[in-house]
Amino acid sequence: MTTPLLAVRNLTVDFGDHPAVRGVDLDLRRGETLGLVGESGSGKSVTALAVLGLLPAAARIGGSVRLDGEELVGLPARQLAEIRGRRIAMVFQDPLSAFTPVYRIGDQIAEAVRVHQNVGKAAARSRAADLLDLVGIPDPARALDAFPHEFSGGMRQRAMIAMAVANDPDILLADEPTTALDVTIQAQVLDVLRTAQRETGAALVLVSHDLGVIAGSADRVAVMYAGRIVETAPVDELFTAPRHAYTLGLIGAVPRLDGRGGPLVPIPGRPPAAGELHGPGCPFAERCPLVEDRCRTAEPQLAGDGDHLAACVRADHLAATRPAPAEVYPVPVVPAAEPRPREEREGVLTVTGLTRSFPRYRGTLLRRRIGETFAVDGVDLDIRRGETLGLVGESGSGKSTTLYEILKLAAPQGGRIELLGQDTAALDRAAAHRLRARVQIVFQDPAASLDPRMPVGDVIAEPLLAQRTPAAEARRRIPELLRQVGLDPAHADRYPHEFSGGQRQRISIARALAVRPDLLVLDEPVSALDVSVQAGVLNLLQQLKAELGLAYLFVSHDLSVVRHLADRVSVMYLGRTVETGTVERVFAAPRHPYTRALLAAVPLPDPAAERARPRLLLAGDPPSPAERHLGCPFRSRCPVHTALAPEQRTRCATELPPATPAAPGVDHTAACHFPDGA
Amino acid sequence: MKVRDQGEHNQGRGELREPDGTRRRDRETGPWPASDGDPAQPTDQRAPAGRLRLAAARLAASRGALLGLIVLVLLFLLAFLGPYLTPWHYATPDYTALRQPPSVQHWFGTNGLGQDVFAQTVRGLQKSLVIGLLVAVLSTGLASLVGACAGYFGGWTDRLLTFLVDLMLIFPAFLVIAVISPRLRGSGWIAFVLLLAVFNWMITARVIRSMTISLREREFVVAARFMGVGPFRIIWRHILPNVSSFLIIDATITVGGAVMSEAALSYFGFGVRPPDVSLGTLLAAGAGDAPVFPWLFYFAAGLLVLFVLAVNLVGDGLRDALDPTATAGRRRPRKTVTTSRRSTR
Repeated sequence: MTTPLLAVRNLTVDFGDHPAVRGVDLDLRRGETLGLVGESGSGKSVTALAVLGLLPAAARIGGSVRLDGEELVGLPARQLAEIRGRRIAMVFQDPLSAFTPVYRIGDQIAEAVRVHQNVGKAAARSRAADLLDLVGIPDPARALDAFPHEFSGGMRQRAMIAMAVANDPDILLADEPTTALDVTIQAQVLDVLRTAQRETGAALVLVSHDLGVIAGSADRVAVMYAGRIVETAPVDELFTAPRHAYTLGLIGAVPRLDGRGGPLVPIPGRPPAAGELHGPGCPFAERCPLVEDRCRTAEPQLAGDGDHLAACVRADHLAATRPAPAEVYPVPVVPAAEPRPREEREGVLTVTGLTRSFPRYRGTLLRRRIGETFAVDGVDLDIRRGETLGLVGESGSGKSTTLYEILKLAAPQGGRIELLGQDTAALDRAAAHRLRARVQIVFQDPAASLDPRMPVGDVIAEPLLAQRTPAAEARRRIPELLRQVGLDPAHADRYPHEFSGGQRQRISIARALAVRPDLLVLDEPVSALDVSVQAGVLNLLQQLKAELGLAYLFVSHDLSVVRHLADRVSVMYLGRTVETGTVERVFAAPRHPYTRALLAAVPLPDPAAERARPRLLLAGDPPSPAERHLGCPFRSRCPVHTALAPEQRTRCATELPPATPAAPGVDHTAACHFPDGA
Repeated sequence: MKVRDQGEHNQGRGELREPDGTRRRDRETGPWPASDGDPAQPTDQRAPAGRLRLAAARLAASRGALLGLIVLVLLFLLAFLGPYLTPWHYATPDYTALRQPPSVQHWFGTNGLGQDVFAQTVRGLQKSLVIGLLVAVLSTGLASLVGACAGYFGGWTDRLLTFLVDLMLIFPAFLVIAVISPRLRGSGWIAFVLLLAVFNWMITARVIRSMTISLREREFVVAARFMGVGPFRIIWRHILPNVSSFLIIDATITVGGAVMSEAALSYFGFGVRPPDVSLGTLLAAGAGDAPVFPWLFYFAAGLLVLFVLAVNLVGDGLRDALDPTATAGRRRPRKTVTTSRRSTR
């Protein structure tokens, strides 16, 4: 074994008396990819930043970080600056804030080159163009003169990677490089990252909370929890035979695209916040189903044979028995759903041909109308009682606008919305107010959707009071509702900030359930939550649906979650419904090329399956919704379209494809002229 | 640190209890259609306290606010019972004692006309307490009503109200008051209070308006709208509590400001006119003599400082009571939140 390129020994970082990293050991060899996985607050980003010495002044760093034998901790800022960018480069999570908005992209990359290499302006500029070409930005010569805001998120992240590899670094640190991006763009960026790594031969440290991303890209994985590494192993071994109960739980908690539905494996409790102190013993002991007395007295050290180390007293037991996550963690029983066949159930929500556009103006004093943004441009939805419809699409596809149009309970700009048998265009005020009780919404960010100044008891009672329920009756229902979502009724006097993210989302759900709605609109309800907590909320949703006969309109960009929770799915692209059908049919045999690309872009948390999976990268970004496209809006990115004969292409370019069923009577439609290819 | 830990773990336990909690629900109450209207449903849990009761409890737990309240009550007692404690009338001169320092006969001394300073001070305190508090409450109330409506409804309501605010701002308030106040002489000090309040709310209203505009887009307000909560209810329940920190600070500053602007107006002969007095006129009259005859100035000044200080203490306590993330007035130890309080100002 050669000496490692980067050796981190007993790294500690603390902010005041809040330890964020508590003794991390890492080895990085030349050319390998190390995945650093953990939930929020586990210290994974802080570790990456500490290596580069990029932490704020308040942080105290201890231990040792050696790059090729040279100690980096405590190095003067001047010498550290020599190393940053030249030998270790960083790719940040949010590429918008990582670029200076007032300088051109080309100048910023050229600056990175000229800081470390003694080259002229022209040479640096041509090098920048080469780099942009390497990361797959079309027309690099022109892109050099663009400003960061003119780039889309994916393009910015590519440019960020180009900047990072500008000086052929030995190590690339990527801190959640794809978290802010859509799934098809994420696939592109991960691909670029691999290309960049191949071209420069750099070692890559990939920090992520997404097990799928890690499984597809990493050679070795280190799992972090509460500021320490709890397990490290080669990627295949980690996923097939985890030796730490936390890793096992994480793997079980992730909904999978190739999964079967049924309950997920939640890890009870919540991850400790960054810098939170705990007593002696294993920090995971509170949440661990395998906890023993000795776990609470001393914190186990990383131990094991060869490459596979785990900090768990039960590591040998787990290695020997290789249990499935569900065998270790208690899994709630989710009752069976509505038994009646779909045709016999009454409709809850029917949307046909919904459109909504926003005028765009220019000028402040004399406002001129310069055009329209077609946010929603032909959406069809159909939800029956006791059923979950997953509404899927990338950002900007008009999902949220669709929701808001439905919830306005007013006449839509175009099309028709029928909620519980009533046309929203024909509602008077009193009827609309009554209908509000029957459709409720749960928002994405539980921190923003609960009034910080209200105790949760009042929060939950609010929809009841809005429906003129007597206050005493409303107060009486609060404990019952809290119990229903798995919270302690005694906590009704507490304020939202005293709860963790998962608990806050449960409060949101309790509030929505208070008026006994028929339809619950869930707007990305779990995307702000950590994986281990998300599983619990998803299970709760499934259980409530079965018990109460609710219908869900479940909006998500995460296809795995939709696969897990939904009965039917509806895929949106650029404000239009492009494919609908039962989850089984759509996920097994997608007909629209966009759906196929979406599904292909989702990384699987299983290294073997992930490597075997065919890659189908979608080129480019979605076009702007500000102009109306003649013909099929997807054709600019469509792989089927490019393979068509010229005369067939004219059809795509001139004719808007209608939604056509796969076969008569089958619940599976796609809006594509050539669903079976050319 | 130890205490904080407990709070955290409590939260953790709430979630830990989940599988257990769900099972219990199935056994006791069943899913909700069954429990609907079931009178036998056990009400083992006491009904949770509402927001008002929680805030009141937090206010009562705040030592500063209690002290401020006590001082305020004492000041009111002094102002309204004080005149009965002394044989002297505030306007009647005692020609045997001109500019006498404090003595047993004249507790706070006498002024150049031989009027008793104690009698004058308590009389002035009466005026100033009422004017200061009423102006603060009225102008802040008006500002929050107009600002929140303009910000929340937007559109034409906003344009109209903002126009009104701007119009009021460019009026030379002092002149207008000077012109109007002689005509209002008959209606007494309450008209004067109204005048002061009417010209004091505009800037606050503009700030409230912009705060409301950003709050209106927040998800909890959108959520309330989708629940069918009426607009004025949303303003009352969601918008105003979330701008309350600013409102309270603004009101406490206005208290002191109102007393001083009343003094300024009185100095020019509007507002409180001799022989009637207020703390403001006493200060204005005594300021020049303060180095030589300190009793003419420092008793009135001291009471005014005490008054403003007490109002500030109450305001601070109230703000902390309404802000659940504030460290003060806490009933339970819990997570330390340092930033949010600052940001809501």
